[in-house]
Amino acid sequence: MRNCDIVIIGGGPAGLAAAVSAYDNGCKDILILERDDILGGILNQCIHNGFGLTRFKESMTGPEYAQRFITEVKNRNIPVKLNTTVLSLTNDKIVTAINDVDGVFQVKAKAVILAMGCRERSKGALNIAGARPAGIYSAGTAQKFVNCKGWLPGKNVVILGSGDIGLIMARRMTLEGAKVHAVCEIMPHSSGLKRNIVQCLNDFDIPLYLSHTITRIDGKDRVIGVEISQVDQNRRAIKGTEKYIKCDTVLFSVGLIPENELSKGAGVELSLGTKGAVVYQNRETSLSGVFACGNVLQVHDLVDFVSEESELAGKSASDYVLNGEKIKNSIDCQAKDGVSYVLPQKIDTLKSGDVTLYFRVKGVYKNCKVVVKDGENTLLSIKKRIVAPGEMERVILKEDKIKSLSSSVQVSVEVD
Amino acid sequence: MEKVNLTCIECPLGCDIIVETDGGKVLSVLGNTCPRGDKYAREEVVCPKRVLTTTVKTDVDKMLPVKSKEPIEKGRLFDAVKTLSGITAKTPVKIGEKVAVFDGVEIIACMDVE
Ligand SMILES: Cc1cc2nc3c(=O)[nH]c(=O)nc-3n(C[C@H](O)[C@H](O)[C@H](O)COP(=O)(O)OP(=O)(O)OC[C@H]3O[C@@H](n4cnc5c(N)ncnc54)[C@H](O)[C@@H]3O)c2cc1C
Ligand code: SF4
Repeated sequence: MRNCDIVIIGGGPAGLAAAVSAYDNGCKDILILERDDILGGILNQCIHNGFGLTRFKESMTGPEYAQRFITEVKNRNIPVKLNTTVLSLTNDKIVTAINDVDGVFQVKAKAVILAMGCRERSKGALNIAGARPAGIYSAGTAQKFVNCKGWLPGKNVVILGSGDIGLIMARRMTLEGAKVHAVCEIMPHSSGLKRNIVQCLNDFDIPLYLSHTITRIDGKDRVIGVEISQVDQNRRAIKGTEKYIKCDTVLFSVGLIPENELSKGAGVELSLGTKGAVVYQNRETSLSGVFACGNVLQVHDLVDFVSEESELAGKSASDYVLNGEKIKNSIDCQAKDGVSYVLPQKIDTLKSGDVTLYFRVKGVYKNCKVVVKDGENTLLSIKKRIVAPGEMERVILKEDKIKSLSSSVQVSVEVD
Repeated sequence: MEKVNLTCIECPLGCDIIVETDGGKVLSVLGNTCPRGDKYAREEVVCPKRVLTTTVKTDVDKMLPVKSKEPIEKGRLFDAVKTLSGITAKTPVKIGEKVAVFDGVEIIACMDVE
């Protein structure tokens, strides 16, 4: 079995940024394993712009953003195996993978970085009446068809879910000549970025039906229409509000979940809030020497933060390999009122440096305060004009505050 | 005098902006957090423009993602996509390379294709 200091699973933006950072922090023996035939992950199909505004102060398309990191990896001659799927990971960091050239092979790593990204929630998880005719796709699959293969999956489209992928596909299909009749969102607010509502729906007069869902899909061989209904506060369809829309295609954009089959197999502790690994501020999981970053850890809206987080994970993995850095004194970090999750879930108070807390709120709150407490003691209280579940929030806890933490960190939203 | 409500699309913050106009002339811009919002709002009420991102065919079995180097008039986006769907890019093509021109704006490659 061959040995390697750091094995990175996944060559998307997370894996690439982690590799560059680990290398630059001194650990040069790295191997990236990527299932696809190119590096860059999901960014290759995200041909729209809006990437890199925070990091590079310019608006780039997904492939352009990916290219910057691919170039950095190439400049350092970091080894990459493409068309290589990782099959399993053990708790003593043995990675088993397969490809056409090497067959099934194993690598024993000193540290592993999980960077497998996320997958789309499937329509199967939703209860909608009707058969399952052709013409039903997840928005991400449709995106891959249109942008990578040049196929248009249909001409008359209804989209369920107003997440960013759904919004972006509404515009993309419209520009390619399809008619998007409706975007239905079961919640009373969209989960997508405001700028996407404007540029993707309003620009093309595509109606957004809030508090609406698809209650029936019509058609035997191919979709011929859908019935949409308004829903009440409990997200149950209201009788009498049904509306029929003729269409040949239904796209689902109902959320993403971190791809954690491998992590589970290795016994990595997962968080109910993020569906990703429970991590410390250095992105180390419950398994010593196994790190996680990017969408496999928490579903990010902005790739800029994926890169930032992954650089942190890369540096931590390098520190682990070179200096034997271990977790010393751990305290919990919890989501309280109005907050659905906080990441990291654990803080090592003896590690140096500030800690950025990432979190999502449960609903839309106006003129509120984000409050961070250590037990009863308030550490931070920040006024916010508006917070919404669609946009990830961040606050920074300074090093001196970290050093003096005593019980557990709690993040909540308070409305006056 | 007219009031127009806009959402700035220049960054993910999405500030709500109110523009007061009189006979097509901008009197005031309110609600933006930064100067980019002011510029966006002034253009948006007079002549809205968008950066176009789409794909073109290549002479190999691969689509090439492209974008307009500058924003294009919003009303011309459909024509732009139609024009570009008739183009086949010659490989190898490098990121940033010009593959077409539309309304005087360069359409450039967003990916290397060998
Ligand atoms: C449709 C869509 C639109 C988006 N739009 C924007 C936007 O406008 N602006 C913005 O800033 N961000 C946007 N994002 C978010 C951003 O693209 C993601 O946050 C980012 O790509 C996540 O990077 P990642 O490396 O964690 O995951 P990914 O890009 O998904 O990469 C994971 C990689 O791991 C590989 N992999 C998985 N399992 C295995 C295995 N077992 N073995 C080997 N390899 C494996 C996959 O093939 C993939 O290449 C969007 C995301 C999506 C899905
Ligand atoms: S005004 Fe400035 S801060 Fe507000 S959305 Fe526009 S670019 Fe962003």
